[in-house]
Amino acid sequence: MASVTGLTFLALCLPFLGAMIAPAAVRHLGHNAAWPLALFPALAFLHFAGFLPDIAAGHSVQDGFEWVPSLNLRFSWLLDGLSLTFALLITGIGTLIVLYSGGYLKGHADQGRFFSFIFLFMGSMLGLVVSDSFLTLFVFWELTSITSFLLIGFDHQREAARRAALQALVVTGGGGLLLLAGLLLIWQITGAADMSGLLRAGGALRESPLYLAALILILGGAFTKSAQFPFHFWLPNAMEAPTPVSAYLHSATMVKAGVYLLMRLNPVMGGTMAWEMILPVFGGMTLLVGTLLAIRQTDLKLKLAYTTVSSLGLLVLLTGFGSDDAVEAAVLYLVAHSLFKGALFMVAGIVDHETGTRDITRLGGLRTAMPLTFAAALAAAISMGGLPPAFGFLAKEEIAAALAQASPWPIVLTIVAIAGSALMFAVAFAVALKPFIGARVETPRHPHEAPPLLWLGPVVLAILGLAAAMVSGFWHAYVSSPMASAVSGKGMEISISLVPHFGMPLALSALTVLIGVLVYWKLDSARFLMAVVLRKLGPGPDHGFDAFISGLVRLSHAVSRFLQPGRLEIYVTVTFLCLAAMLLVPPVLYGELPAIPSRPNMQWHEAAIFLIAVIGLAAVVTARDRLTAIVSLGIQGFAVAVIFLLFGAPDLSFTQFMVETLSVVILALVMTRLRLSTADHRPPLQMLSHAALAIACGLGFGLLLLKATQEPFDLTLTAFFSHYSKLIAHGANVVNVIIVDFRGTDTLGEIAVVTITGLAILALIRIRAGGERKLAANDPDVEEAMEVERP
Amino acid sequence: MNTVIFRTAAPFLTALMLLFSVFVLLRGHNEPGGGFIGGLVAASALAIYGIACGVTAVRRAIIFHPLAIAGFGLLASTVAGLLSVFSGVPFMTGLWIYPHLFGVEVPLSSVMLFDAGVYLVVVGAITSIALALEEREVE
Repeated sequence: MASVTGLTFLALCLPFLGAMIAPAAVRHLGHNAAWPLALFPALAFLHFAGFLPDIAAGHSVQDGFEWVPSLNLRFSWLLDGLSLTFALLITGIGTLIVLYSGGYLKGHADQGRFFSFIFLFMGSMLGLVVSDSFLTLFVFWELTSITSFLLIGFDHQREAARRAALQALVVTGGGGLLLLAGLLLIWQITGAADMSGLLRAGGALRESPLYLAALILILGGAFTKSAQFPFHFWLPNAMEAPTPVSAYLHSATMVKAGVYLLMRLNPVMGGTMAWEMILPVFGGMTLLVGTLLAIRQTDLKLKLAYTTVSSLGLLVLLTGFGSDDAVEAAVLYLVAHSLFKGALFMVAGIVDHETGTRDITRLGGLRTAMPLTFAAALAAAISMGGLPPAFGFLAKEEIAAALAQASPWPIVLTIVAIAGSALMFAVAFAVALKPFIGARVETPRHPHEAPPLLWLGPVVLAILGLAAAMVSGFWHAYVSSPMASAVSGKGMEISISLVPHFGMPLALSALTVLIGVLVYWKLDSARFLMAVVLRKLGPGPDHGFDAFISGLVRLSHAVSRFLQPGRLEIYVTVTFLCLAAMLLVPPVLYGELPAIPSRPNMQWHEAAIFLIAVIGLAAVVTARDRLTAIVSLGIQGFAVAVIFLLFGAPDLSFTQFMVETLSVVILALVMTRLRLSTADHRPPLQMLSHAALAIACGLGFGLLLLKATQEPFDLTLTAFFSHYSKLIAHGANVVNVIIVDFRGTDTLGEIAVVTITGLAILALIRIRAGGERKLAANDPDVEEAMEVERP
Repeated sequence: MNTVIFRTAAPFLTALMLLFSVFVLLRGHNEPGGGFIGGLVAASALAIYGIACGVTAVRRAIIFHPLAIAGFGLLASTVAGLLSVFSGVPFMTGLWIYPHLFGVEVPLSSVMLFDAGVYLVVVGAITSIALALEEREVE
């Protein structure tokens, strides 16, 4: 099986390889580079398609290799009906999108970069759906957020694109962090670090008291990614991206990642009260909000974006239901949606590309100029509207069947779903019919039929949408049934076909179509009505996002101002206060104060040195000006150095001498440099508090040293070093051998710190020398402030 | 600090101290001394020279920018640690060779190179701080 493992890994790497060679390919071949580049996802598609018979037979493939064995990390993948369907969608539609991008961005200066981003995204998305291990799942999840940021902001000259990219990144990336927390929690609860293990663990997760917390965290990740209300606003904004991106990320793949995750976890998390409450409610809300907003739009892409939001809502609603019919409906609808929505987005792109406008009110009569595009659009719209003979019809029938027998509040949900579907029907035909029929309207560009690179994608997807319905038996056997089995966690057979079964579902379908036709007919007044309602409602979550971000910035400013007031005095005071507290509080609390030693038996010369130190201190306290105080402090330091010398630490004493000398020199220099006033004029109260702080710190250290000398001394290390220092490090000076040999790496770190300190101090002095400089990054005149200084 | 005596004596004093600092650096393995102390002595020497003869004189005397000296020291220490790669022992393992120069056995080691690096870092960092502080407003 090793060869299969290798091949699968290669298939996962193919998109990344494509990302590497894309810029060069575009440089040499221009926009026709799309043809060879499309081979990368096509090959991956073929590889994954090879698993179909195996999966259809009810097996699942679990494979991988050790990635970081010491951390127990495996790079593992799990292929079952669910992940395989997704992998095929991603690679298959990815192939078409690559071709489409070749035509769409023909002659664009950054086409190579665009291909790279698309491939990077494809690789991330593919990794996400086949990941077995939680950690790789999370890494790929965040990678899709990052690559979508790059793609949405591709047109980085425009502020709107930048804002949309940032918004998508903040919302989906933030959700990704929730997901990470959720995955870690699940790992904690069940002990399973990968999906296959979790699926084997069964109901342990549902019984856990932490289940609800894990569920909410996971839903946070899934809802942000799949643009569920109230996080739906980023998806329409993401339409700032070039159309191929919208077709790929915002209809077929990335936004489905949240739904994928919910479906994946359905067998272990689904079926509970919370699951069956939260998912349908949010899904239903999203469904309604999305379609109502879609009616109002006149821009083709925005209309489609809002219907995508509502489709995702419908998928979440169905997944939350948990009945067998609902699972089947979700599976069918997910595939149908990927096919028709990808096609419609590409059609919208073609219309935009050929006429120069996407405004539905300024388009008409294109059917003669673009017959092929029109045919593809119509086929896709039939599927989206849920009419036979398209695959969307099967999905709609199944949805109606599932809702008709829903257990909690069937009426409400049915009404919601029917209203949503009807509005979607109206929007579908508004997008697919309105620009093509009626009288010819003058457009900025003179329309022609698109080149093959452009029409290939929508035509293939539209044909697939029809064909899948025609050969539904075969299709279900290979795609739908295994996927439904994976979602529900037990074997399932989907048997729905184009032959309508009379009864409730058909009646509901008919009702849906009826309302849809009505809305389509009255589209203009419906749009007007929606505009009025929205004006009444006031600002939506999009404004909320802006408010949130600016609030965050204000908060961080306030926190910085509080923690970093910029006055040295405050920093020093706080530091020493903490030091004193750390030294004094624990011994007092735990009653570990040292015993007071008996009067020491001092030699006369030791006493003399002690006296010198005390005199030095007295001189410091009584000094008239600062320079005298600094020099007097040196006296005390020298006295301590002499004590070190007397008690057998020549190295230490030597260093102490040098440090004292240099400190006095540098402090004196700083004083003159900063032009401090020579006299010390602190108010008496401040003097007292500073003195108290100094005494507390000194006392703390004194007590600590006393305590240390009173403890029984452990000589293990001393013995070790004195024994081995000569033996293996060839040095007699133990202290130094420790510094440069035994603990050399520490010293390396320390001298790096010394170097950096030198650099930093130099920079600070330079800045001062340059007069009053503003170094705030958000200063408008930062340009001139940062001018290079001439030495 | 601008007495004639001091200005005349300072260069000699500095030269002596620098010589002494190298001596302290080299004896550090067996006697009190070593890179850190040696560096401090050398930095004091340069500080004295700077106080007597001005910053420009010191900059001329040490040729390189003091921070470049510190950076070179850091590099030397790192290289001393990395030498162990070539003999297949862990990072920072001390390596010794005993070549005979003029009939005298001279023990050389990666540890010594490391210590010399420490010396240079201390000299460079402290001198650069002291010089920057001593410099009056930009020349």
